[in-house]
Amino acid sequence: MTGLELQDLTIRQGDTVLVALDRRVAPGEVLTVMGASGSGKSTLLAALIGTLPRSFAMTGRIVLNGRDVTALPTRARRIGILFQDDVLFPHLSVAGNLGFGLPARTPDRAAKIDAGLAEMGLAGFAPRDPATLSGGQRARVALLRALLAGPEALLLDEPFSRLDTALREQIRSLVFDHARARGLPLVLVTHDAEDARAAAGPVVTPLGQTVVP
Amino acid sequence: MTTGPAGFGDRLLRLVPGLTLGLLSVPVLAGFAGTLAPAFGLDPLSGTGPGLAAFEALWHWPGLRAAAGLSVTSGVLSTLLALLISLGVVATLIGRPGFATVQRLLSPLLSVPHAAAALGLAFLIAPSGWIARVLSPWVTGWTAPPDLLILNDPGGLALTLGLVAKETPFLVLMILAALPQIDVARRLTVAASLGYGRLAGFALTVLPALYRQLRLPVYAVLAYAMTSVEMAMILGPTLPPSLSVQVVLWATEPSLTHRGTAAAAALLQVGLVVGALALWRLSELAIRRLARHAAGSGWRAGAVDAALQPMLLGLALTPALALAAGLAGLALWSVAGLWNFPDALPSNLTLATWTRAAPGLWQASITSLTLALAATAVALSLALACLEAEHRFGLNPQAWVLWLLYLPLIMPQVAFLPGLQMLALASGAQGGWGAVAAVHGVFVLPYVFLSLSAPFRAWDGRLAVQGAALGASPARVFWRLRLPMLLAPVLTAAAVGVAVSVGQYLPTLLIGGGRVESLTTEAVALSSGGNRRVIGAYALLQMALPALAFGIALALPRLVYARRRGMGAA
Repeated sequence: MTGLELQDLTIRQGDTVLVALDRRVAPGEVLTVMGASGSGKSTLLAALIGTLPRSFAMTGRIVLNGRDVTALPTRARRIGILFQDDVLFPHLSVAGNLGFGLPARTPDRAAKIDAGLAEMGLAGFAPRDPATLSGGQRARVALLRALLAGPEALLLDEPFSRLDTALREQIRSLVFDHARARGLPLVLVTHDAEDARAAAGPVVTPLGQTVVP
Repeated sequence: MTTGPAGFGDRLLRLVPGLTLGLLSVPVLAGFAGTLAPAFGLDPLSGTGPGLAAFEALWHWPGLRAAAGLSVTSGVLSTLLALLISLGVVATLIGRPGFATVQRLLSPLLSVPHAAAALGLAFLIAPSGWIARVLSPWVTGWTAPPDLLILNDPGGLALTLGLVAKETPFLVLMILAALPQIDVARRLTVAASLGYGRLAGFALTVLPALYRQLRLPVYAVLAYAMTSVEMAMILGPTLPPSLSVQVVLWATEPSLTHRGTAAAAALLQVGLVVGALALWRLSELAIRRLARHAAGSGWRAGAVDAALQPMLLGLALTPALALAAGLAGLALWSVAGLWNFPDALPSNLTLATWTRAAPGLWQASITSLTLALAATAVALSLALACLEAEHRFGLNPQAWVLWLLYLPLIMPQVAFLPGLQMLALASGAQGGWGAVAAVHGVFVLPYVFLSLSAPFRAWDGRLAVQGAALGASPARVFWRLRLPMLLAPVLTAAAVGVAVSVGQYLPTLLIGGGRVESLTTEAVALSSGGNRRVIGAYALLQMALPALAFGIALALPRLVYARRRGMGAA
């Protein structure tokens, strides 16, 4: 079965249930998880990415394209993440950041990086210092870096919340379009109703209740 | 947290923290045992039977009371003053423009080795020193250096001043390191809005949380101040000298007849330190009760507060200025031609001293630098491996680990280095360059670790998650992301390590068996001779090595990341 499956995924801290989800995100589909802060959104992300602290108790399985990744370390899951900030590595150039994402034995690295940059409308940006980029340019580099790593799913941790309204719309559709074109299942965590509507997919709370944004 | 199957590297990394703590504590404890044995007559070299003869000999030494008293008074007084000054300076200046200046001055002040600081002060305050020269003959009427015991005074005031000047920057640094974990700005604002002045607000709302983290550094300062050898040799009284100096004199006597007495005196020194620490702890508890009472009584102390602030700054300025003037004096002496007594400045400047002493200076510099680089490289690797292991395996260091880290700093050097010297002698390692570097490492490692741990732990964890999500292994995240981004703090920690190693006197002297001649051992050895020009040259180079290291630590990250604005280099 393709896509990202959360099979009876339950996460508890003490007696409190923070996450209870049992569903499948199909390739190209966006599952939006909404909720107030402290509602278990970031707990879910940590579980999906593989950084859940030991103080949380997790049951159930995370299966990606038929592969059980529940016990795998972050680096082996092939799940990309876009954070609230772009988290570009400040000591590397734009090309250095993209090269870090590209798998080690990829041939024609420079050409792949240049092609990706051109596709994002950033041709010629390879030698630039990330700190000199605008917010929209940084967001596009971060997206390209995640895609170049060849993920099988993408997580979005309120990735548009730091951008202004016009830019936000533009970057949002860019991310969704690229994810759909590659057939990536997408999990979007947000507290913004606009994001949820734009995702045009199912919207749930971390406890699995359907939300109408 | 999910982890992959443990590879060989992972299993190795997991062993490092334990190994490091062993490397720190085993030499200290083994050395202490080796020092203890001769005190009870268990000395394979002198062949005496077990007994208490050594303590009897110590008891009959006429200088005992003065030497022990001096250790306690100069140690406690200088620690108290350094603590008051450093707290006062931080409380008065925090959030004000002058604060940045203090922060910038810290590293250069800290990197001055104890011996160089003491020599500079000695040149300044001696009867024939710079102050006397500037004031003579028009104020004092002196045309020849007066016969006064300003330096090496029997009360140990010169020694106390030197210790205050050297320990205050260290305590300020430790306070600055602890402050970010306390919400200082808001605590002070709340206190001020309730009508409290700066000092009262700081003392009642910040200090209780701050002191908990300051306790170990303060104990290290107290233990060091009570037992400092090179500062006491240069600034302290001579007949009798401080107890620690006397231990070294006995321990290094070629005849070996006084080794038992030296061991007994070292044990007494440990007892004095433990006693002083216990008294200090009791005073802490008493002051805490008083402070709670004061806080509850609502006494604002507004007037006292305003009057006290300039006084504290003045008190802080005295040792800082004395240190700066003393160091300038060292530099001037090293290029002085003829400099007759009442003249404020030498009549001509010359490089003759430097040229004449060049071969010795060169040799000693190379020795100091090699020892410092070797000790720092090992200490830095261990510290980085420990911190990486802590991060990777989610280790949570307990309080006793921090105590163990401070063990080489709190345990008096005279209590374990003579024993370590014996062990080195017995194993044939004495006089060896590697043995000296290894013992330097025992003192370098705690400082390197303390300097590195805060920035290492503060590194943004999302960068690591992002790296892992892009498929990078923990090793790749460490080498490609964490280490390059932490270049500046890593180099600063290395510079701290170099400064600590270059400043080591007793370990170099004892473990080197007099055959490893560093800038510091040479400078201290020359200090009794009184050739100020040569002393100035050695002391200046002794300062120059750490200064160079700090310069590199400051410049290199800016150079490497000149075109990376996000690295905060500009």
